[in-house]
Amino acid sequence: MASNSSGGGGEGGSSDRQRIAQQRLRIIAGHLQRPADDGLIVLAAECKGQNNKTEASSEGRTVPRRRQEIMKWNGWGYSDSKFLFNKKGQAEFTGKRYRLSGMIMPALKDWFEGTFGASLQHKTPATPVLTSSAVQPPTLNEAFVEELKSTGISFSHNAEDRVFRAHGHCLHEIFALREGKFGRVPDMVVWPNCHNDVVKIVELACKHNVCLMPYGGGTSVSSALECPPEETRSIVSLDTSQMNRILWIDEKNLTAHVEAGIVGQDLERLLNESGYCTGHEPDSMEFSSLGGWVATRASGMKKNIYGNIEDLVVHIKMVTPRGVIEKSCQGPRMSTGPDIHHFIMGSEGTLGVVTEVTMKIRPVPEYQKYGSVVFPNFEQGVACLREVAKQRCAPASIRLMDNEQFKFGHALKPQVSSIFTSFLEGLKKLYITKFKGFDPNRLCVATLLFEGDREKVLQHEKQVYDIAAKFGGLAAGEDNGQRGYMLTFVIAYLRDLGMDYYVIGESFETSVPWDRVLDICRNVKARIVRECKDKGVQFPPLSTCRVTQTYDAGACVYFYFAFNYRGLSDPVHAYEQVEHAAREEILANGGSLSHHHGVGKLRKEWMRETVSNVGMGMLKSVKEYVDPQNIFGNRNLL
Amino acid sequence: MASKAVYTHRDPMLKKRDDFEDILEERRSSSDLRYALKCYTPVLYKGLTPCNASLLKGMVLQSDQLHYVISQMSKGTGRATDDIQEEAMAILDEMAHSLQLSTIRFFAFTLSKVFKTLFRSICVNEEGIQRLQQAIHEHPVVLLPSHRSYMDFLLMSYLLYTYDLALPVIAAGMDFMGMKFVGEMLRMSGAFFIRRSFGGDKLYWAVFSEYVKTMLKIGFAPVEFFLEGTRSRTSKSLTPKLGLLNIVMDPFLKGEVFDVNLVPISISYERILEESLYARELLGVPKPKESTSGLFKARKVLSEDYGSIHVYFGQPVSVRSLAQGKVNRCQFSLVPRHIPKRPSEEIHSFVNDSAYKLVRAQEENMVLKPWVLLVSLLLQNHHQNQGSADAGQRKGVALDELTAQALWLRDLSREYGAFLHWPDHTPPSEVVSSSLSLHQGLVRICEGRVHLAVEQAAAGVGQPQGTVTPEEELLSQAVVILSCVSYRNQALHVFLRPALLASAIHTASSNNKQEVFNSFSFLRNMFSNEFILCPGATVQDFEEACYLLMKTGALQVTQQEVLVTESGHRTVAFLTNMLDPFLQGYQVVCRFLCEEATDSLTEKLFIPAVRKFIIKLLLEGRLRYAEVLSSDLQKNVLAALLRLGAVQKVKGAAPGTLKINTVMVNSLEDTLGGKLPTQKTVSARL
Repeated sequence: MASNSSGGGGEGGSSDRQRIAQQRLRIIAGHLQRPADDGLIVLAAECKGQNNKTEASSEGRTVPRRRQEIMKWNGWGYSDSKFLFNKKGQAEFTGKRYRLSGMIMPALKDWFEGTFGASLQHKTPATPVLTSSAVQPPTLNEAFVEELKSTGISFSHNAEDRVFRAHGHCLHEIFALREGKFGRVPDMVVWPNCHNDVVKIVELACKHNVCLMPYGGGTSVSSALECPPEETRSIVSLDTSQMNRILWIDEKNLTAHVEAGIVGQDLERLLNESGYCTGHEPDSMEFSSLGGWVATRASGMKKNIYGNIEDLVVHIKMVTPRGVIEKSCQGPRMSTGPDIHHFIMGSEGTLGVVTEVTMKIRPVPEYQKYGSVVFPNFEQGVACLREVAKQRCAPASIRLMDNEQFKFGHALKPQVSSIFTSFLEGLKKLYITKFKGFDPNRLCVATLLFEGDREKVLQHEKQVYDIAAKFGGLAAGEDNGQRGYMLTFVIAYLRDLGMDYYVIGESFETSVPWDRVLDICRNVKARIVRECKDKGVQFPPLSTCRVTQTYDAGACVYFYFAFNYRGLSDPVHAYEQVEHAAREEILANGGSLSHHHGVGKLRKEWMRETVSNVGMGMLKSVKEYVDPQNIFGNRNLL
Repeated sequence: MASKAVYTHRDPMLKKRDDFEDILEERRSSSDLRYALKCYTPVLYKGLTPCNASLLKGMVLQSDQLHYVISQMSKGTGRATDDIQEEAMAILDEMAHSLQLSTIRFFAFTLSKVFKTLFRSICVNEEGIQRLQQAIHEHPVVLLPSHRSYMDFLLMSYLLYTYDLALPVIAAGMDFMGMKFVGEMLRMSGAFFIRRSFGGDKLYWAVFSEYVKTMLKIGFAPVEFFLEGTRSRTSKSLTPKLGLLNIVMDPFLKGEVFDVNLVPISISYERILEESLYARELLGVPKPKESTSGLFKARKVLSEDYGSIHVYFGQPVSVRSLAQGKVNRCQFSLVPRHIPKRPSEEIHSFVNDSAYKLVRAQEENMVLKPWVLLVSLLLQNHHQNQGSADAGQRKGVALDELTAQALWLRDLSREYGAFLHWPDHTPPSEVVSSSLSLHQGLVRICEGRVHLAVEQAAAGVGQPQGTVTPEEELLSQAVVILSCVSYRNQALHVFLRPALLASAIHTASSNNKQEVFNSFSFLRNMFSNEFILCPGATVQDFEEACYLLMKTGALQVTQQEVLVTESGHRTVAFLTNMLDPFLQGYQVVCRFLCEEATDSLTEKLFIPAVRKFIIKLLLEGRLRYAEVLSSDLQKNVLAALLRLGAVQKVKGAAPGTLKINTVMVNSLEDTLGGKLPTQKTVSARL
């Protein structure tokens, strides 16, 4: 019936004739339905709480149950998209999905070799295929499996399925996968189709004492998806990817009620079809899910207009071992004690599964414009951003990249076809460095994104450029701006390229009061350089940052750090030590433990000093009440 | 053992020290003028914000910290902010340096001439210079020279100029500024002037600290100051002052710079210019006020030979690594950084510990000359002769005997890690005689015997008619003794810990290790105002002392017992004798407080009164050590007693009235004399 076993069955074992028949039925039914619906309506009919206003949903979703069909098992993103150095030694990006796809980036090789001291001669290829035999056999809780079968919810204990859900995208996780090493992985994956499925799964898990780990988009960078090695119970990964419908759109109140498994790009695309958007665009939005955003307190690039997840959420439904938690109405604000949403947001899967969320939506903006400003140095740039924040006139997005990141962005410039364009580029460069006297090794760039009515955007643009001019900033064109944003979408693909050539790296973030922004940037970058040296890294690392969000009282700073690990016996360990030191430095300089990545298990050790003993006690007592058996046993956060 | 830390024994012998090069050598062979006009392009701090002296003032006046303090003051007192701002500006004008290369060039020229006349050589460890250059490039740098002479800071700037290093800005006492012309010259050579005391003046403090911090943060120049606060008149390192160290560490603690490098620098003079001046000052002849004419009168010093100077630029100490694991910098996250805050207990003790470490580093790299060992022996000999028989026996010690003893002491001090500069390729007798001849004002050789020049000193004062009172004679002898003592003191830090142990063994009633430790701990505590003893390192010091004495075979230490070996008696006796003047001195001051002090005794009256008491004892022959007359020692005893609570300052009729707990002072005196067992007040146990 509702269950769809095309992936879950497989060699894993739960295939039976009935299931195959059901699948066929589903496919046929799908064809009979509106072609775009891909049979979801049939499933939907089974689930309670389903509104028939399904016009909103259309087309196939991005994430299939078998993620391996379109995504890499040991790297970032789609299988068809990757950076490589071609035979001529030029960098290119394969596939057709991105603006950069199919393009050649002639400057990348020199930048790559120059920055890291890496060489195309020294390769570190990844293990090509996932060998299922290297994965430990699942520990199954037979009683649980039996009862689960009777519910018709699809599941799998196929090795590939399990490995896919055993990791996020921390460096050590991907590094291990590339080496073909697997630690503790979930014993089973379940794919609920709706809220009620989740209720059943959680009930069964409590009954049979199995450990549940919710899984959304799998883009965590906090070791949140790592299975605790000390967990002896059967671990069941609860993949929400099939709960991906927009259940209704309320145009009067501008809200949409959405299942929490939907990934960002689908949500935006589907809303766009109705003329709306959420405006929530974290850098991972292609793959990360709504439920994941809620569970980690995510932040989007355009938060200046739309707000962060906590500003966007109107109503949350979460299934916990104690039952379902939700508010009784959708009032825009309530004074009813501490906001229970704040127990849910940031709970990182330790309390339950977010199943449905009502979110604010906005009409799709009429006009969008990128922009960029060059500053003579980072100090001036920060001063400008501070002023913009003070005047509360920040565009949808404003980011300030330091000199290293600016150069990095430049290395990604695609080959220019016309001589005229390259001539213009040359002139621009000449103007900035020679005529304006900017030091090419100190200048930095702010990238801007404006959104709204055409007229207002242009007005807004002028206002921001005027402020920038006061800090020595020169407008540097739309192209530079757009490329800046592109960098954030392809950075994870680039890491995979680096890992083919002895280069490992990671990003991390913090939030910090305005008066400390410069200090924290300088000190953390310097600390990284020093620690790398101390740990025996042979070449100076890439240590770069950008101010990526502005607030009234501070900013979010994002760091990239990468190094060439040739000559190190245990690069991951060295890497982890450096990252640890960098985090200590952040905290010592008045930065927060995390702005939007979350704590997971990676940053747990600092939680107590971050929220105080009492704060820790509060969080623990909530966990104790909601989940006394530790069913949601991913051991994040606390 | 109380302490959890596992100590690795510091083996001073293993410490590798750099070689020296004489910079005067080149000066003697090439033109001073060309040198003074040479192309000067120092390596600068990589994060330098280009700036000049007047822009700098502007930055300070515009700073958030100063704005905050001014507005607070304005709110508190009702004064207009402009008014206070003007006051701040005046303070800054009075304080600020106006570093100019031309002035440095002038000094480079004249000092070349002066140095060549006064000194045989000025030796610098060039590896240290290279380290310093590196440090200046990487981080803001603070130069921390030892302070024994007025010379120090001119010498420092001279050296940095010579080696093409960034010229420092130097915190100088306001008293210099009183000297007409010279004050301005110093200002132009990078000195900035601070008042000696500005207790509660918040504005002054704000201007001053912001001024120093700004220079450090923007990498304007290396900041130089003297940890000891003032010139040490005794050649012992002084208890470090924390004010400026606090200020220069603050930018790191608050994350305003990545790191700050502190460079301890040890300047050792073979002969100190101010030698007898210091002795007189300690004996109560007030220090002449710094004046230009006074400086010219000092010209006669130009005709004498002052031997050589050794300057050792120590390993730069990173504040970041000092703070590693000791300070949680998060504590500065909750209050805006420009609001001045009293340092927390944690920060205070961190800065204090660091200061001691740095002074210790200065001490360790002080170069000791053979003379220092000779004079230590001669002083001990002098006091023993004094004790045994005044008449009959011949004075002093035979030259060859002295040479033999000096060789013994040379080897011992090397074992203890002294940075001894003993020319190994010269015959010992020559080393001894040349050392003695350099200090001919202090020693006499007659009939092959060497003794201190005490009698001559009395005659040498040259009273027109021979009406010298015994007191005057005593004081003029004391001038010589105190001068000698100041040289002996240069070696004190080498022998201090073993000497404390030797004295502890002497005073403890048994050989029981715990008892010896208690006694050691008592002495260490008692003397912690007198010597540089790092706070909280009692166990460490005890172990170091045991280690050194065991290493030289003078001691056997078992689980329970501490035993002096047969061969160790000589060493132990030498060490005990070295500390004995201090032990006696402390007892005498205690006795004074018990016997003579009245209710009206104030801090101010204390020194003259105790001096009178000591002169009486010396004249009566009840006390051997004239060095007890040193006001430095007397002040240290008082400071120790105040710290221990045996004396209290009360708000009586006169400010600084001293209230003496006679019972406690008495028992301290008895414990020092070994008449009372050490009380179990010691917290650390073995």
